[in-house]
Amino acid sequence: MSWSRRTRHHLSSPLGIVTAGLLLLLLVTAILAPPLLGDRADEIVVGSLQSGSSAEHPFGTDALGRDVFTRTLVATRMSLVLALLVVAIGVVAGLIIGAVPIVLGKRAGRVVVAGLNLMVAFPGLLLALFLAMIFGVGARGAVLSMSIAFAPSFARLTHTTASGIANADYVSAARLLGVSRWRILTRHVIPNISEPLIVNMTSQVGAALLSISALSYLGFGVQPPSYDWGRMLSDGLPAIYTNPAAALAPCITIVVAGLTFVLAGELLTQILGGHHHGHLRMPSRLSRRQGPEAAAPTRSADDGDEVLRLDGLTVTMPGETTPFSPVTDVSLRIRPGEIVGLVGESGSGKSLTAMAAARLISYPGLAEADVHRIKGQELRLMRSRDRERLLGTSLAMVFQDPMSSLNPTLKVGRQLAEVAETHEGLGRRDAWQRAVDRLSAVLISSPEVRAKQYPMEFSGGMRQRASIAMGLMAQPALIIADEPTTALDVTVQREVLNLLQRISEQTAAAVLLISHDIAVVAETASRVLVMYAGRVVEELPVSGLVTDAAHPYTRALVASIPDMSTDRSQPLASIPGRPPHTAQLPAGCAFAPRCGYADDQCLEHRPELVDSGRGGAVACWHPLLPAGRAPQGMAGPASVPASARRVAAEGEV
Amino acid sequence: MRSSFRARHPWLVFLTRRLGRFVVSMAVVVTAAFAMVHALPGDPVRAALGLRASPETIRATREQLGLDDPLWLQYVDYVRGLLHLDLGISLDSQTPVREVMAQLVPATVKLGLAAFVVCIVIAIPVGLLIGIATRDGRGRTVHLGFGGLTGLALSVPDYLLSVGLVFVFSVSLGALPVAGMTGAASFVLPVIALVVGPGAYLARIVRAETQGVLSEDYIRTARAKRLPARVVYLRHALPNTLTPTLTVCGMILASMLAGTVLVESVFAWPGIGAELVDSVLVKDYPMVQAVALFFGAGILLINLVVDVAIAAFDPRSTIKES
Repeated sequence: MSWSRRTRHHLSSPLGIVTAGLLLLLLVTAILAPPLLGDRADEIVVGSLQSGSSAEHPFGTDALGRDVFTRTLVATRMSLVLALLVVAIGVVAGLIIGAVPIVLGKRAGRVVVAGLNLMVAFPGLLLALFLAMIFGVGARGAVLSMSIAFAPSFARLTHTTASGIANADYVSAARLLGVSRWRILTRHVIPNISEPLIVNMTSQVGAALLSISALSYLGFGVQPPSYDWGRMLSDGLPAIYTNPAAALAPCITIVVAGLTFVLAGELLTQILGGHHHGHLRMPSRLSRRQGPEAAAPTRSADDGDEVLRLDGLTVTMPGETTPFSPVTDVSLRIRPGEIVGLVGESGSGKSLTAMAAARLISYPGLAEADVHRIKGQELRLMRSRDRERLLGTSLAMVFQDPMSSLNPTLKVGRQLAEVAETHEGLGRRDAWQRAVDRLSAVLISSPEVRAKQYPMEFSGGMRQRASIAMGLMAQPALIIADEPTTALDVTVQREVLNLLQRISEQTAAAVLLISHDIAVVAETASRVLVMYAGRVVEELPVSGLVTDAAHPYTRALVASIPDMSTDRSQPLASIPGRPPHTAQLPAGCAFAPRCGYADDQCLEHRPELVDSGRGGAVACWHPLLPAGRAPQGMAGPASVPASARRVAAEGEV
Repeated sequence: MRSSFRARHPWLVFLTRRLGRFVVSMAVVVTAAFAMVHALPGDPVRAALGLRASPETIRATREQLGLDDPLWLQYVDYVRGLLHLDLGISLDSQTPVREVMAQLVPATVKLGLAAFVVCIVIAIPVGLLIGIATRDGRGRTVHLGFGGLTGLALSVPDYLLSVGLVFVFSVSLGALPVAGMTGAASFVLPVIALVVGPGAYLARIVRAETQGVLSEDYIRTARAKRLPARVVYLRHALPNTLTPTLTVCGMILASMLAGTVLVESVFAWPGIGAELVDSVLVKDYPMVQAVALFFGAGILLINLVVDVAIAAFDPRSTIKES
């Protein structure tokens, strides 16, 4: 949106209309009230001192018998002018002080900043009161004291915003080129900090209005016969029993005027910042579900001893215009002790599939499946308490980033122990003992000491092993590891994968290993599922990965793995193009636009996942023949463009 | 060698440095309070005693205050007096400032602490609950309503709120005392007036922090462990909001100290805030100096306590290294 369109958009919003209306009202009153009503405001109505509200005097009269309503209107100008003066002087002083560190360099800067920090610690009103003693009572003294009290916070804002910019690359470049500090300040710094300063200034007018009124109320500000709202409040307050309106009228105007400037600041932020709150379409439960177990299993006989069975999983997310499904119709079966790899590029839906398998898709996402069984128990039919216990004891998760997936404020041992405390009712000491035991099981040395440490005292690989140990606190039948090695060093990756393999062998726990790196999966898993644009496009045993892959996408992924025979003078293989966003999927095969074998059928009709005849399944109209034989009337896999060569998904974090 | 000492005794180094900063800041405040008197235009004694005071009285008072001594000697005497808790004689009431302070400070501290406790007890749980209700962008209506209410609370300053409260509860309903410190009931209105703004601010910060923390990876881990919601929120989320919450609590306590000035004036509270206003108006500068020192020391002490608390309670805190 362009700036002017954005301005119009925001001005026509309810906030914009209210703010503009109030500002206009204040401005008109401030300009017109004193010349038009000034005389009437000083007129003394004989015989009606401090009278309550009447038709003639809607807010009654004050102690001298003057009309409160008129005086409130006339006082608008004085109150606003004083507030604007405070901010103007405060901003100028603040800009000068705040820019000192940039112009004078580091050492002088540090002194100024230390002084500012001290000043900012003191509430402005207190500072102003002490200063009022020096500057004396009266409008001038009050404005001076208040603006000096306001200056430190402006100075600090100037300084923090400016030092952010002063460290920016283009300013460093200017400095290297020998541009003077003064010129850097005027050419680079001030233009870039003006936006936050203007926004802040606007809302500070409101704050200044409240503060200067407070000073007047306390008797430091405007002195009779002049008056502003604060003065009127202090005159009206003693008579609050006889005519409350005399005290309440200035109260209300001060609040409304203050609020107007706060709203104006808010509006400016939106206009300058370009915030546009679009409404997302939320997914609702789909009606296509025909109840549990209704859909027929698509492949392989139902052999009942699976640790995980997931049929027809669809994950829906809110979208700009309509909800979309980053995961569609995914089915997964995992047997005890099996390691199943789930590969795909970033955005293919593999992590969402993993989260859905663990029932961890959270608002606003929505996961639905026809069948979702863990150890043969249908999760959707269980009471939530039983389900949580089943998942808590038999399912373990290992996440991608060990730096952020452990709680930084809890000791590692505590984070492990609480699993056993929650799900097995172990006492604190027993749970802790088990935590130490599991830490040693994942080969963490001196586990007693380590358990008492915080995650930040662990290295990345150690944290990931601790995460795995956390999963081993109960007796997991399934470990879902979502990119467990992506954030780790290559040498540490190996350790973590070996550990997962060893656990799987020793405890017969199944592992669902999610990775964008087909090499990691090929080394560790026994079966691979390849995902593309939210769907499984191929499933096959790892043993057949190199020779039997039928989907061109799988072939391309395999071709991207470097091995000892790879010609290292050539760049690595990659798949040209990018995967489509699942909110805008093409009608046919989602891979067709990047596929060297695609024809009209591929572009128009989406292929279903069917038995490939090689111990797996594939969703492709032109499945490739096992390596060595060319597919029907097509060029061999070598025609997958190998010129641009890098793993497209490699950069995923 | 220095770095290894620092690594071995981070607490010792941190405390020494932080206390050092406190002492320096305190010295600045003391000096500023001293300088304030000398920055007054004209003769401070004349200004305080008024035009009708006789030259003899003025001379005697100047002598009593040591104003004819050289500046450095005045400063030394002033600091020496402070160390013996001798705050001088009030020009207005002619009684020792220390005695006046001893009468007024308890009333202000009682009011401030009561307001602070009420503020924390209400605002933190409210912020936490709203933060939970609005996690991951849930509860748009709750979020908007909360934002509007707290925004309104933030835009009504304490002294105007005081006037409104007096009107509603004392004048119209006659339910609560209008002024003075006369027992538990007299605390209600001033405490409400002091709590509303800072409470709304604290609740906003706690909500935003809670919402932020709840979208962190370690909360996903806690949910993956199938911990009960209570444990996820109280054990895993709450401690991670501690540092910003403590920082804001310190700011709030400081702003409540300042708030007492206005609120005490509205409610005729026999405290140090109302006394400050009167003393500044009559230029009773020994009294003003004492109040300045009280507020200054109070605020610096609050900041010190907050920093030490953050360093002690938050294992991630880098405050010790700065």
